[in-house]
Amino acid sequence: MKKRKKNFKSFRIVFCTLVYLFLFLPISVIVVNSFNSTTTKPYMSWKGFTFDWYIKLWENTSLLDAFSNTMIIAITSTVLATIIGTLGAIGMYRYKFKGKGLIDGLLYIPVVIPEIVLGISLLTIFSNINIPRGMLTLILAHVTFCIPFVIFNVRARLAGYDNSIEEASLDLGANRFRTFFEITLPILAPGILGGALLAFTLSIDDVIISYFVYGQTKTYPLKVMESVKSGVSPDVNALSTIILLATILFVVLTQGNIFKRRKGGYGI
Amino acid sequence: MKKKFKSNLAKFAMITPISLWMYIMVALPFLYIILISFMHPGTYGGVELGVTLDNYKELLNPLYLVTFGRSIVMSTAVTCVCLLLAYPFCYFVAKKNDIQKKILMSCIMITFCVSMIIRLFMWINLLRSEGAVNHFFINIGWIQVPLKLVYSNMGAMIGLIYMLLPFMILPLFNSIEKIDYTILEAACDLGAKPFQSFINITIPLTKPGIFAGSVMVFIPSMGLYFVTDLMGGSKTLVIGNLIKNQFITARNWPLGAAMSVILMLITYLLLKAYQMAGGSMDDLSGM
Repeated sequence: MKKRKKNFKSFRIVFCTLVYLFLFLPISVIVVNSFNSTTTKPYMSWKGFTFDWYIKLWENTSLLDAFSNTMIIAITSTVLATIIGTLGAIGMYRYKFKGKGLIDGLLYIPVVIPEIVLGISLLTIFSNINIPRGMLTLILAHVTFCIPFVIFNVRARLAGYDNSIEEASLDLGANRFRTFFEITLPILAPGILGGALLAFTLSIDDVIISYFVYGQTKTYPLKVMESVKSGVSPDVNALSTIILLATILFVVLTQGNIFKRRKGGYGI
Repeated sequence: MKKKFKSNLAKFAMITPISLWMYIMVALPFLYIILISFMHPGTYGGVELGVTLDNYKELLNPLYLVTFGRSIVMSTAVTCVCLLLAYPFCYFVAKKNDIQKKILMSCIMITFCVSMIIRLFMWINLLRSEGAVNHFFINIGWIQVPLKLVYSNMGAMIGLIYMLLPFMILPLFNSIEKIDYTILEAACDLGAKPFQSFINITIPLTKPGIFAGSVMVFIPSMGLYFVTDLMGGSKTLVIGNLIKNQFITARNWPLGAAMSVILMLITYLLLKAYQMAGGSMDDLSGM
């Protein structure tokens, strides 16, 4: 009996390790290979340690251009989606209006439908009304699939929202504007931040929808995808490693902030 | 009077942007796709006005039917493998203490930090016939000749499972974590064997997670054309490839639109079934 329990425990550990191995094997190869000095394709065998790829990265202007396009698109669409989504979530929570049910249903479409369907439908619309494909269409498309995630996050936070605080603020003489910025927004902040973070992550890594609306403006994932067949050069590994470290750092910092705020609490 | 005006202004400012955006960028494009699926293809891409059912008739071509069938078999297989990997994994992780759980689950999220295209490219390198994985299995003596793990159906499967596994793990973990262990203890006290209580108690209690995870894996897997493009063989494997080819290569928009309408229909039916089985739409977006 005891032996069986022990066997089960080691099975548990082995199983979980294998799952993590499956998920992290390519990522660890990316990080290790970003320091690999090999110069022969497919850049996989270890030939010694080097920082060269991190230096060569700054000479690869087309890759950096694609990356800066991605950042511009991700930041712009995150900001737009967060503003529209937050206002929309509050509005839909607070007011009844014509077509509310329809909007509610439409919000689920970008979330559940296979991305390719949204991609081709935006493509047909854009080409029908003759918007040249490029930065603008990419941003429009990204905002579209980011909005629902912002709304769902803010809505989750609104579920525990107490309207009487706002009324108290109005009674005490604050105007609607001030109430919104000093009462409503701070309470919803964790939901808004969570939604914005999710929107940013989705936008930065989007392949399918971007593929149909990009025109001449290549994003970073599209640029990499284009070179996959011929072999991705190792400076991409270097850039990926930088992004990975930056994200981990960012998450640790913001998560720490959220914990602190929650501990202090809003007294609500 | 003034107050009422201000209140209406606030309502207007909050509701107009979201409504306009959803109508123009979601409702309109989808209606348009449905509309052009009934039109004739133009000579150089685009569409010609007119009403026809030809596009749907063309879908009955065995070539397309086989691909639709293959795609559904593929997605089912991917969903099953993801479930078989994710369920024990989440079950084991859920038994850890709070801090360990938080760290282990954050690790799953960290995988999203590296562009998926680059991760897939690394898998291609690792899985090739002269790649590290085949090398490893030959060295430990499990296989003699390299397996065809990439540029084959197997490769496409591995790619899809790799991409979609986190979407199975997240909802599943949420519902497994919520299990009330006192119920399992009660079952044990009443004489149930571990296997019995697993089948009769644990699985029914975690049904919401199983359903939500399966939907979140099955539906996207039908459209992930680039995974099968990069890692699959020469066969067209998922519905997404068919649609992409019609819009980008063959430039037959109405036919591509008809395929998309079928894909939307499959999605819709799956979601209806999911809701009828008691699934909540919020679980699908709550990641």
